[in-house]
Amino acid sequence: MSGVPNPDELRVIVATDCGSTTTKAILIERTEEGYRQTWRGEAPTTVEAPFEDVTRGVLNAIAEIEELSGRQILDGERIITPARGERGVDIYISTSSAGGGLQMLVAGAVKTMTAESAQRAALGAGAIVMDVLAANDGRLPHEKIERIRNLRPDMILLSGGTDGGTVSHVVELAEYIAAANPRPRLGGGYRLPVIYAGNKDAREQIRQLLGERMALCIVDNLRPTLERENLWPSRQKIQELFLEHVMAQAPGYKKLMAMTGAPIMPTPAAMGEMIRTIAAQLGLNVLGVDIGGATTDVFSSFRVEGAPEPVFNRTVSANLGMSYSISNVMARAGIDRVLRWVPFATDEAELRDAIKNKMIRPTTIPQQLEDLQIEQALAREALRGSLEEHRSLAVGLKGVQTERTISDALSQEASGASLVDMMRLELIVGSGGVLSHAPRRVQAFLMMLDAFEPEGITRLAVDSIFMMPHLGVLATIHPRASAEVFERDCMIPLGTAIAPRGTARKEGVRCLGYRIELPGGRVEQGEQPFGELRRLPLGRDEQATVELEPARGFDVGAGPGKTLRATVSGGEVGLVIDTRGRPLFMHEDRQRRFAQLRRWYEAMELYPAPKPIEVSAMAER
Amino acid sequence: MGHAYTPGLRVARRTRVRKRRTLPLPGTVRVEVGERVRADQVVAETHLPGDVHSVNVVNRLGITPSEIREYMLKQEGDPVRKGEPIARAKAFFGLLKTEVPSPIDGSVETISTVTGQVLLRTPPKPVQVRAFIDGTVLEVEPGEGVVVETVATFIQGIFGVGRECWGRLAVLAPGPEAPLEPGAIRPEHRGALVVGGSLASYEAIARAREVGAAGVIAGGIHDEDLRRLLGYDLGVAITGEEEIGITVVVTEGFGEIAMAERTFRLLQERQGAQGSLSGATQIRAGVIRPEIILPYAGGDPAAEPEEEAVLGEMGIGDPVRCIRRPYFGRIGRVKSLPVELVQVESETRVRVVEVEFDGESAIVPRANVERIELG
Repeated sequence: MSGVPNPDELRVIVATDCGSTTTKAILIERTEEGYRQTWRGEAPTTVEAPFEDVTRGVLNAIAEIEELSGRQILDGERIITPARGERGVDIYISTSSAGGGLQMLVAGAVKTMTAESAQRAALGAGAIVMDVLAANDGRLPHEKIERIRNLRPDMILLSGGTDGGTVSHVVELAEYIAAANPRPRLGGGYRLPVIYAGNKDAREQIRQLLGERMALCIVDNLRPTLERENLWPSRQKIQELFLEHVMAQAPGYKKLMAMTGAPIMPTPAAMGEMIRTIAAQLGLNVLGVDIGGATTDVFSSFRVEGAPEPVFNRTVSANLGMSYSISNVMARAGIDRVLRWVPFATDEAELRDAIKNKMIRPTTIPQQLEDLQIEQALAREALRGSLEEHRSLAVGLKGVQTERTISDALSQEASGASLVDMMRLELIVGSGGVLSHAPRRVQAFLMMLDAFEPEGITRLAVDSIFMMPHLGVLATIHPRASAEVFERDCMIPLGTAIAPRGTARKEGVRCLGYRIELPGGRVEQGEQPFGELRRLPLGRDEQATVELEPARGFDVGAGPGKTLRATVSGGEVGLVIDTRGRPLFMHEDRQRRFAQLRRWYEAMELYPAPKPIEVSAMAER
Repeated sequence: MGHAYTPGLRVARRTRVRKRRTLPLPGTVRVEVGERVRADQVVAETHLPGDVHSVNVVNRLGITPSEIREYMLKQEGDPVRKGEPIARAKAFFGLLKTEVPSPIDGSVETISTVTGQVLLRTPPKPVQVRAFIDGTVLEVEPGEGVVVETVATFIQGIFGVGRECWGRLAVLAPGPEAPLEPGAIRPEHRGALVVGGSLASYEAIARAREVGAAGVIAGGIHDEDLRRLLGYDLGVAITGEEEIGITVVVTEGFGEIAMAERTFRLLQERQGAQGSLSGATQIRAGVIRPEIILPYAGGDPAAEPEEEAVLGEMGIGDPVRCIRRPYFGRIGRVKSLPVELVQVESETRVRVVEVEFDGESAIVPRANVERIELG
């Protein structure tokens, strides 16, 4: 890595994200109106044979930018820095989730306390948590040891005990780790990094047990007292070791690290920074999602009563994604759940083969409309599954220095999934190929609406061309440039959804009365029965005032049957009134469901109208 | 996206193949550099540590962890038998004895004065690593394993299931478009690697297993048949450890899909050769592909292997195969490579290629074709 230049001198920046399937490059330039994202290129990621060198995909993606922009950036395999006129760039930066990302095992004394804090530290640093071990996780010692030995993580985070508290639990876990002596996932030639972030009184014993066999690092306790979490030192150490040990083992990463002008960040960590920034700047409860080829990451930032700052959480569904993991989406959800989103009959055997072929050839794209609809059906199930996982894990303390009472800590598991409240959620931000590159923006809107089922009034936005990770890493060296590009070129407001909570036995019954004052003084007033979707135009910079009168048993945020007045924002899709019920009401009968889906999709103008059958073709039959 | 890569599958008529055969833990290497080895020959062996059992001695005896050593009858490294006391406490001048018996046959691993736990380990389990291919030992890493080298026909499949196996190659399909017919698999194919063209159906695989064939190779397999074979729906493609009584490797993908002509011709050429097959696939970080390795009998590793053709960028006239609907599996030639993005039926704007099939041509996203070599 070369030195980071002075931010004021950065005029032209090239950034890449090396994903599991594709490497995405963007060019950012300082213009008269500030920093703008100007060009974009992509190429398959080349961690696999025949290349086995991630920089090949990076160079290909940058070459595509060169081709489109006319700017020469590469001199052979070298990135030209600094920029001189139409040649070169001032800095190259990158994020990466290729090579399977960062896979960790975490361990803590008590499952709902230190083990859970350790899990949050690892997730916050951008890791995939393979397993959480705890002294009280119900597994027998030999089962734990067997599990540690078989997992082959990239890194272990060990915590346990508050400072000055009991040492025996955490030492016991260290004994298991020592007995298992696990080997790192990539390359056997280095010692497995273990971060110890537990009771400081146990450090010496941990050193004796693990110091020789593992690459042991000791950081401050991540749970120094029961009421306080201190995740930052662990997170930083994880990211540091990720670069030093894990990335350095992946094919071509040493070369990549030498090319970048700032440390490479794990993609989810960079994306998390962006979601956190959006939530802070807008002051909203935000849910962010990044659906990739191998994994789906979910981020949430929610205001919590009594807490000085919003609570931020990140989870990763390691085996839910749109290419490498697509077959698992199908296996997990089951074919019926996937096909319930598809308004036509399909040959199940052929569909199964097609999904497996996408898994083994992950860069293919849907050419036919039916293929696109099936891929978007799978995306709904991947998104739904990843939100379920997020809601079950986003259960607790905020990152740093939350004061909690002991009773809070003890009741944490019971109060569990309450943090991500779909009624209190105000903004959903989607990212990742299937959302960012959907041929119509309304498709991204409806995928998120169907999968997440937000309640009440919720804004939706999408990452324009998938550049949030790039901006996340840019923010570490030039926050202003990152913010300017984000606002102008990255976040595309899609509009607002109004969805009453509640359900009915049949379609057509009374659900929601509304009065909408649109820009220019136009007023839309009426009743929308249960089971319908309606889309009203409301532009990107426009707002409307709504008065909503839910029927008895339905709630738009003011309580069941209570009227709510609010101002809502528009976007590329507009204002969508969704009276399909929460939970969503769908017919069991296939033919009736086909009709229901077609009605919804037509109302949303989701897909192009079916092609008319040509008369000559008919005559031939 | 201007670039599109086949997942980098190698198909070589005659190439040098080196296989690293490594023990999971240090052990003993049984062969020497320069020694000729057979596929089924053990080249290294070791013992995997047994399972660990913990006994909380201090709780059982009602003592503190720091006192544990005074009460232990067995020390680290000592062998123990199931039921044999490992620690003992006496009270009332030795009249009352409390003993902690070992729950297993094995040995004492550690005694912790912090937690008061004693870890016991069952006896080690032997593990043997075989050569996997007929060849010559090129390198020995003492205690770790060996590298075996051979000159062979080397073909990577795209997906497989089942463990490593070896046997005689028996091409049973008349051409790359023909499926593997169950009726063609006969008792004399016991121990063989049977080859079909476009498809290995469940019935064909079951028949192969019935006659005791070691492996099945074909262009494609239906996912439904795979599910039937495995007994579950495969979610994440990490395979190679399946206990299904046979190894299955497909070279092209899922569904009925003609085996690449070059691959099929090579296999036909090597009819009757002794070969090795591995189903291990990992479509994830550190990609692993299934392999078909057919060493040349008495192959001299010093003999010059043939140059492998490297497929470069796509050009006009190149043969390509479509790898996604609606033209899935069809083979044609590149007619033109438009530079500008084109909107296809799904309304996606992509780089495309114009492909000419028999007399007709079609626009296909560039990401949905792969370059192939014709036999």
